[in-house]
Amino acid sequence: MTKRNGYFLFVALATAYFYSKDGDVTSSVYATGAAFALPLALAAMVGIMCERTGIVNIGIEGTMLLSAFVAFFVSSLTKNIMIGLICAIFTGAMMGLILAVMAVAWRMDQIIAGTIINILATGLTSFLYVQGRTIPSVFQAIEVPVLSKIPFFGPVLFIHGPLTFFGIFIILALYVAIYHTSWGLRSRAVGEHPSSADTAGVSVVRLRYINVTIAGAIGALAGSYLSLELVGSFERGFTAGKGFTALALMIFGRWNPLGALGAALFFGLAQAYSNQLMIDQVVNIPTQFTAILPYVMTIVVLTISAGKVRPPAAEGQPYEKGQA
Amino acid sequence: MSQIKAAPKEISRPPKSFDVGSWLVPIIAVLVAMTLAAILIKLQGSNPITAYKSLFKTAFGSAAGIGATLGKSTPLVLSGLAVAVGLRAGLFNIGAQGQLLSGALAAAWAGVSFHGLPGFIHIPIALIIGAFFGSIVAGISGYLKAYRGVHEVITTIMLNSIVMGVADYLASHPLREPDQFLTRTSEIQPSAKMPVYAHLPLGFFIAVALAAVIWWILGRTTSGFRIETVGRNRHAAWYAGISVKRTVISAMLASGAIAGLGGAVETLGITYRYAPAFNLGLGFDGITIALLGRVHPLGIIPGAILIGGMRAGAANMQFDSGVAPELVDLLMALILLLVTAPLITRFFKGNSNKAMTSGWGN
Repeated sequence: MTKRNGYFLFVALATAYFYSKDGDVTSSVYATGAAFALPLALAAMVGIMCERTGIVNIGIEGTMLLSAFVAFFVSSLTKNIMIGLICAIFTGAMMGLILAVMAVAWRMDQIIAGTIINILATGLTSFLYVQGRTIPSVFQAIEVPVLSKIPFFGPVLFIHGPLTFFGIFIILALYVAIYHTSWGLRSRAVGEHPSSADTAGVSVVRLRYINVTIAGAIGALAGSYLSLELVGSFERGFTAGKGFTALALMIFGRWNPLGALGAALFFGLAQAYSNQLMIDQVVNIPTQFTAILPYVMTIVVLTISAGKVRPPAAEGQPYEKGQA
Repeated sequence: MSQIKAAPKEISRPPKSFDVGSWLVPIIAVLVAMTLAAILIKLQGSNPITAYKSLFKTAFGSAAGIGATLGKSTPLVLSGLAVAVGLRAGLFNIGAQGQLLSGALAAAWAGVSFHGLPGFIHIPIALIIGAFFGSIVAGISGYLKAYRGVHEVITTIMLNSIVMGVADYLASHPLREPDQFLTRTSEIQPSAKMPVYAHLPLGFFIAVALAAVIWWILGRTTSGFRIETVGRNRHAAWYAGISVKRTVISAMLASGAIAGLGGAVETLGITYRYAPAFNLGLGFDGITIALLGRVHPLGIIPGAILIGGMRAGAANMQFDSGVAPELVDLLMALILLLVTAPLITRFFKGNSNKAMTSGWGN
């Protein structure tokens, strides 16, 4: 039995045990866990798309923050959450494009480029933020007919808002695209050995531009999900480090969309459970400590996976034609 | 080696002397950023000229204003210095915020709980305790970077949130001011309060002196040479027999100690106690200041004074012109973008002085 199957078996047994104790609570905890996990998983997809082509994107946090802001305030001004969503996705794509310009065209240090994105998003959102605005409604949950009636799996997997289903579709599509399409093969080649990819006729610069821009749009989906579906509001510093946690999940999931999704689900579930333990007053931990749990877990996860995973080889290096 | 490493990144020397170009770029960046922000202020329906006038008049227009500006600048000089020391070693310490917070809280604890000490002993002890705790927080990231290969950007950011949570807990339970509704520590003993000479805060001079010392260490000593070599090319440093791991850890410890000192100075000189609402953003400002000052220990001082001045004048500006004080955050972001992006640099100089960090893998 591989280690991964061991994890699955452990989670499945634990779930079955909790479900046998109290079915409704367990279902709702898992559904909450899935809702927590989705923005992390989507944000991790941003990282995967960029890093597979050799661009380090630590600006995910800023992309999510600014697009959540745009999603919320445009929805609030136009009284239409669809328009808010579209504007947010456009914003995210623009932020991806800005990162691509900095990293590809200007050959800037990519870590610093990403930090600029983050600080810019923080500055813009805190300057333009206005208190007391509301949106007409959040994206309402859809119950998938028949499937949502399955015990346990129904409420956990098939009663969610439209952005959740769309997000899951994107994660699965990205998995297929990276490993089973020529675009994916080219992207991976560019991320591992750009000069060889260039020799084989792949435009390194163009592919990096396209992927980082699309990744920005996915980051915007994660941000919009937070402000338009999960929470329905916006505050300063709204994303609370999710973009960075996502990077850790990406590394833990070995730059594989399904791996990152699994890591995100585990993470979301852990958070949902710790919330539930607080509600049930099983344990009495100060709220400050439950709040820092995700950050501690991020560090632990990275420390465990460090040295055992290998990032794309050309990551973080600007490409110049004719350089080996 | 199992994997092929690409050629090391372009190695550029930081400026040894202040030539015209390295001065001009930050100044133009500041002016362009203010112009861009003025457009946004105009779009919000306020008058940018009134806003800027009020901002700078409050900050630099009177002796008291300059004193307040230097007080605001002190932690910024130190957090900028902390980020700069890290960058010189190729480490991007985004955790100056958390290190600064732990220094601020530790200094508040030392300031409150030591009784009967004269000021010239109490103040240094509290400062050292603050620096020590800042250094421990950064040391965790340094250790994980050196021995586990975990990227310092992630660990420092995570530690920012962790420190904030723990400090919040400590200030609201064990260290809370007795019989107080607000979450904050008691006020520090009078012996721990740093003196102010004719509006000029003592802390500012400590910060400037430390910047000069760091400048000397980096440029003139063996340990400085090790840090610079590791920062420019860690493979070459390793080949030359420098212990990269030890250098990474000691650079992080130094960086964290400086940031922690920044928090301690803020507590002992300005706030006189710790509360979760204090010290916000000081560490992040350090990133902008370090890059604005071209990662030069002395170059960060003017940037810190400029931003400290804007922070000092922001509240009055809101009163006079209705522009939100968060304008300063926006200005800093724009300045950072303009200073680091080679837009202006390319226009004035052939090459840019890039700060370099490292990827996940190494």
